Amino acid sequence: MSNQDQHRIPVFDALSQHFKENAHQALGNQQLRHNMRSAMDSLMTKRLASMSDEYEREHLRELGNHIRARALSKLPDLLEKLEANLTKQGVQVHWAETTDQANQIILEIAQRRQAKHFIKGKSMVSEELNMNHYLQHHGIEALESDMGEYIIQLDHERPSHIIVPAIHKSAKQVGHLFENKLHTQYTDDVDTLIQTGRKILRQKFFEADIGISGVNFAVAETGSLFLVENEGNGRMSTTVPPVHIAITGIEKVVENLRDTVALVSLLTRSALGQAITTYVNLISSPRKADELDGPEEVHLVLLDNGRTQAFADAQLRQTLNCIRCGACMNHCPVYTRIGGQAYGTVYPGPIGKIISPHLMGLDKTEDLPIASTLCGACGEVCPVKIPIPELLRRLREEDVRPPEETPHTVKGQGARFSRKERLMWKVWKTLNTKPALYRNFSLLATRFRALTPNIMAWSQNHSKAKPAKHTLHELARKHLGEQ
Amino acid sequence: MSNLFYDAAPNATRVAPSLPEPRQYPTEKPTDIYLFGTCVIDIMFPNAGLDAIRVIEREGIKVHYPQDQGCCGQPAYSSGYTEEAKEVARAQIKLFEHDWPVVIPSGSCAGMMRHHYKELFKDEPETLEKVNALSERIYEFGEFLLYVSKIQLKDQGPHTKIALHTSCAARREMNTHLHVRELLAQLDNVERVNHDHESECCGFGGTFSVKMTDISGAMVLDKTKALKDSGASQVVTADCGCLMNINGSFEKQNEALRGQHLATFLWLRTGGTSDE
Ligand code: SF4
Repeated sequence: MSNQDQHRIPVFDALSQHFKENAHQALGNQQLRHNMRSAMDSLMTKRLASMSDEYEREHLRELGNHIRARALSKLPDLLEKLEANLTKQGVQVHWAETTDQANQIILEIAQRRQAKHFIKGKSMVSEELNMNHYLQHHGIEALESDMGEYIIQLDHERPSHIIVPAIHKSAKQVGHLFENKLHTQYTDDVDTLIQTGRKILRQKFFEADIGISGVNFAVAETGSLFLVENEGNGRMSTTVPPVHIAITGIEKVVENLRDTVALVSLLTRSALGQAITTYVNLISSPRKADELDGPEEVHLVLLDNGRTQAFADAQLRQTLNCIRCGACMNHCPVYTRIGGQAYGTVYPGPIGKIISPHLMGLDKTEDLPIASTLCGACGEVCPVKIPIPELLRRLREEDVRPPEETPHTVKGQGARFSRKERLMWKVWKTLNTKPALYRNFSLLATRFRALTPNIMAWSQNHSKAKPAKHTLHELARKHLGEQ
Repeated sequence: MSNLFYDAAPNATRVAPSLPEPRQYPTEKPTDIYLFGTCVIDIMFPNAGLDAIRVIEREGIKVHYPQDQGCCGQPAYSSGYTEEAKEVARAQIKLFEHDWPVVIPSGSCAGMMRHHYKELFKDEPETLEKVNALSERIYEFGEFLLYVSKIQLKDQGPHTKIALHTSCAARREMNTHLHVRELLAQLDNVERVNHDHESECCGFGGTFSVKMTDISGAMVLDKTKALKDSGASQVVTADCGCLMNINGSFEKQNEALRGQHLATFLWLRTGGTSDE
């Protein structure tokens, strides 16, 4: 084992990938069901209230889609430009193909600075890296400073939502958690709970050697890292500690500052129904000589981790339009019922279903593309108009395509390939392309309706499905005569 | 206009749909139409198909039912078996030679033929041209009655409260929730009540209901509960996939409430008789 391998932490070790079992468990948890339903209802209401003018909303979505598509069409150029501009301004840019590489880059910075304490703003990419775990393994503490993330961290859980990580918990549950872990007096008053967390975190900001943040948009033209947040902890993490490391996926780049105007409005309104967040941070350099605050060093880690795979395919590329607002989750009837943790992936819900196969491979996410009725609610609300149902359908195609068949567009292709199922669809095709055969089949199905097989999975939730006495083909012929 | 989108019950899903693409409807009432019955109706709910034929005939329109029709291809398409779906679609495209409207008593199959056939044949220019022309002639049943046949319904039944369930594909691809609402509004004695989370999926999703049984079961239970709580004495839908799901669940729960296809509901409300 090489030295490097020894320090390798499997990224998803903490997550169970048995989607169906997880879902089954989650469905049995009444508290979770209740918490999720009321939280999602409230988020849906807020989104719509903040986007009540349908013409404005639809035109803005159209614009959002164009901005993202334009950025992706020039992705390599814009990334180079971003790097050049950031470097010129004194920000150090690092490239990571894999999560391991990203973790190593971060660890090296930490070791050079002899850093022992990290404070983190919210960052989904750091979840992708399983960074906390990795750093802990190397004797470094990484403390979450976003209140939701902090709660999740205290409870040794993974976030359940990309915007509101502790959304599956009620105030009572948080009260008990604080009582147990922080030994405070039990209360379920949200303000008091937040104050408790805040007091602890305040001190940590000043002790931290390194602050971590994500990035909402990386602006190529000006070399700026655009960051929105509500709690002020993001600003603290990026300005108080002497070193700031921002980490982001390579797709987050946009062409110019003007592009961010539409995108940020779409983001905040789709996410929490806010016109704008409490804080908007634009970071473009470390502290300058005449400035009073800000970090001495700023780093940006640009992560691929499978994104180039999505990028290479014109249809799947649309996945990378995502601005991580979470609206697709809030409106997804499947997510609403099982919560985010059941997915066993960093990104849950509809966006998780379309991006995880690129990050982890279809072999590890085989059930995700089929865990949808294709009802279309996700695509309907997505602020940048990602056709999520279409992409799910496409991934199903990759999921059942034989593993040996070329082209190999998605890692782990053919995870759900089954000869039996394929044969069944071939038979179905023959039936439906040979009219006489079809008529005989449907005739038999109705004549022998009493013999209809009992499909176990169906009869779990329904009475037995029974064909009618006569087919419409027959009724129509009788009614309309031979035509 | 915008009220049509949001007048659902206070706790209904507040999903705001995209703006519907404006559709041009023919100004003249056609003399003939094709009926595409769909495979679920063919085998499970043939009377819905027959009632659709009778309602359209009463408008003075001749109905043609190509006996060579089968499935539209959607089940294979949404399961990722694109090649199989394509061949089945090809077999259906051939059936509608004349320039008549093709009426489909199912929103999701209409959506498949109107929108997804284009995707299936995007690499075959000649077929695509045919498919594009066909797509313009595809109408969902309620949409056809309202905008092409310009039907005027005369309600002959007693006062009743109904809840309308629209399939997701229909709602988002065909806007049928709007068409059907308008159509039902013509019936003087029919009161349409909203139900909780009206725009949320019933959990059917074709193979989803057998592959993800647990989740699907939770969804249909919530849907049937919402329908019961609405106080409606009847559920009306224009999609037989959902109907199978919802009625199957009602029956399993020993509930008296049932769903009925829109065609049958309209036929019976306007003086038609049932032959069951
Ligand atoms: S896919 Fe669309 S709706 Fe979902 S998180 Fe991304 S941007 Fe938001």
